[in-house]
Amino acid sequence: MILDIKGLAFNYPGRSVLQDINFRVEKGDFLAILGTNGVGKTTMLKCINRILKPCEGVVLVENEDVYKLSRIDLAKRIGYVSQRQETPCYTVFDAVLLGRKPYIKWDVSDQDIEITNQVMELLELTDYSLRYLDELSGGELQKVVIARALAQEPDVLLFDEPTSSLDLKNQFEVLKLINKVVKSKQVAAIVTMHDLNLAVRFAEKFLMLKDGAIFAAGGLEVITPANVESVYSIPVSVEQFGGVPVVLPI
Amino acid sequence: MKKDYAAYTTRKKLIILLLMAATLAVALYAIARGSMNFSISEVVLALIGQGDPTSHAVVRNIRLPRVLAGILAGAGLSVAGCVMQNNLRNPLASPFTLGLSHAAAFGATFAIVVLGVGTIQNSSTDAVIINNPYLVTTSAFIWVMVATVTILILAKFRGVSPEAMVLAGIALGSLFTAGTTIIQYFTPDVQVAATIFWTFGDLGRASWKEVWIMAAVVVLVLIYFLFKRWDYNALDSGEETAKGLGVNVERVRMAGMFTAALTVAVLTSFLGIIGFVGLVGPHMMRRIIGGDHRFLIPASALCGSLLLLASDTVARTIVSPVVLPVGAITSFMGAPLFLYLLTRGYQKR
Ligand SMILES: Nc1ncnc2c1ncn2[C@@H]1O[C@H](COP(=O)(O)OP(=O)(O)OP(=O)(O)O)[C@@H](O)[C@H]1O
Ligand SMILES: [Mg+2]
Repeated sequence: MILDIKGLAFNYPGRSVLQDINFRVEKGDFLAILGTNGVGKTTMLKCINRILKPCEGVVLVENEDVYKLSRIDLAKRIGYVSQRQETPCYTVFDAVLLGRKPYIKWDVSDQDIEITNQVMELLELTDYSLRYLDELSGGELQKVVIARALAQEPDVLLFDEPTSSLDLKNQFEVLKLINKVVKSKQVAAIVTMHDLNLAVRFAEKFLMLKDGAIFAAGGLEVITPANVESVYSIPVSVEQFGGVPVVLPI
Repeated sequence: MKKDYAAYTTRKKLIILLLMAATLAVALYAIARGSMNFSISEVVLALIGQGDPTSHAVVRNIRLPRVLAGILAGAGLSVAGCVMQNNLRNPLASPFTLGLSHAAAFGATFAIVVLGVGTIQNSSTDAVIINNPYLVTTSAFIWVMVATVTILILAKFRGVSPEAMVLAGIALGSLFTAGTTIIQYFTPDVQVAATIFWTFGDLGRASWKEVWIMAAVVVLVLIYFLFKRWDYNALDSGEETAKGLGVNVERVRMAGMFTAALTVAVLTSFLGIIGFVGLVGPHMMRRIIGGDHRFLIPASALCGSLLLLASDTVARTIVSPVVLPVGAITSFMGAPLFLYLLTRGYQKR
């Protein structure tokens, strides 16, 4: 077990967002978090990564309390890609290299450069190496920040809507890649998504949030028409199409 | 590709080397020129302790401390502005916009008038005498630190956002200016002249002792900022991303702002107010060398040194023997250059 969340609750002043969130993530898990806009998916990821401080509950990563680790030790264990990106005047290479930040003492080592190069090759960013971030398309930028998180080599990867501005090919490739990294390095990924079909294709575990609480959690069996309808208030049918489950609104 | 990146960083290192060479050249020129002109070889001889006693004395005791003061103050102010702009994520942050310069002016006025250490004398070159410069320096320093601590407390305990801290600084600055004005209003003209004279920054106020103190502060601060360069880079990608990368954002920001303000306090209390360098030095370099603090910090420091040193040299040679206020010359020389760089945009490659 790589991540254990117990009794997590979070309020913004005057507004309760999350209550009593409990779940566990194992090594090699790809967990999709599903729920409507504003249900608290981003808030939950930020609580896990200590960007926000929950009012109740504990988060354990590899049996260590996230709130007792130093920031730098936490960054070696958990990587986070936020939903919104800024575009400082850096090159793609420097932006990915920044993923090595938790390991840098005085200057980057050859190993840091090596890892950066590998990750950039994995995501086919090599041709963009010297382009500036503000000269990239939305999708290209999204790949850069995903690359930065991979260069960080954490045990748990948190991605907040990583595929929202990617095209069909890149959606598939990025999610496939995350899946591959999770399996080969035995780490875990927690990914918020709005596209149910992508979720059922690449994730094996699902967490459905409704009204700030967990509505359903588990494997593919929780993606039932009844569950989806009560979370999104849209009637759907779940079909098998060439061995792949598809969620179709009706 | 790896080669491309190497070429890209080499270009930045070259720019830094060029800036160093330019600073050194201007420094030699500045030591040579003045009411008594020397050749470069005489300057070099005097610097290594040879040559005739007159040139030796002028170079070692008058010109060199002044030139070093220019290099140190330019570097310190510019790098302080660079870190303030990064830490507050606001391109307008600078010693001036954060109200620190106004606080220093208030502190000096307070010492000269209320503590009564300033008078005026009737000589053409040095009309104003400040009887107890240490008291003025100390008072300026204390008030800059009061302003700094006020802003940091507002940020830490009253939740003023980093972006709003520049606004808080502007408000604080106008408060200090109001205080200065009120004091000046009730003061005889001679003392008002002394207070205004103090606010015109002047590199000539530094003797060897001040130069050593400034050197110690600026060098330590530069090392500290360089040590934090990766944190500042991470901060540029946004606060949340920086936290995700292991940066203790609040602590880095508090320490960075305090260190930058301390540098400004030391330099300003010794030399008076020197505006513009702190705002413009880092921005010029962002446009030429990019936002990466690995290169931006040393480049900003050198740019500040070069700008201030060149301005001071012009200020004291253009209508010699009159020495024009260096702050004004800095703006005269820096503003057109800066406007040109603004219109040209960022040089990406
Ligand atoms: N800084 C804030 N102050 C107050 N309320 C906030 C703040 N940020 C978010 N909220 C509220 O908290 C709730 C949860 O927000 P959150 O960003 O976690 O939603 P989300 O599930 O990620 O939504 P989306 O799918 O649109 O990204 C929302 O109702 C939102 O309005
Ligand atoms: Mg969200």
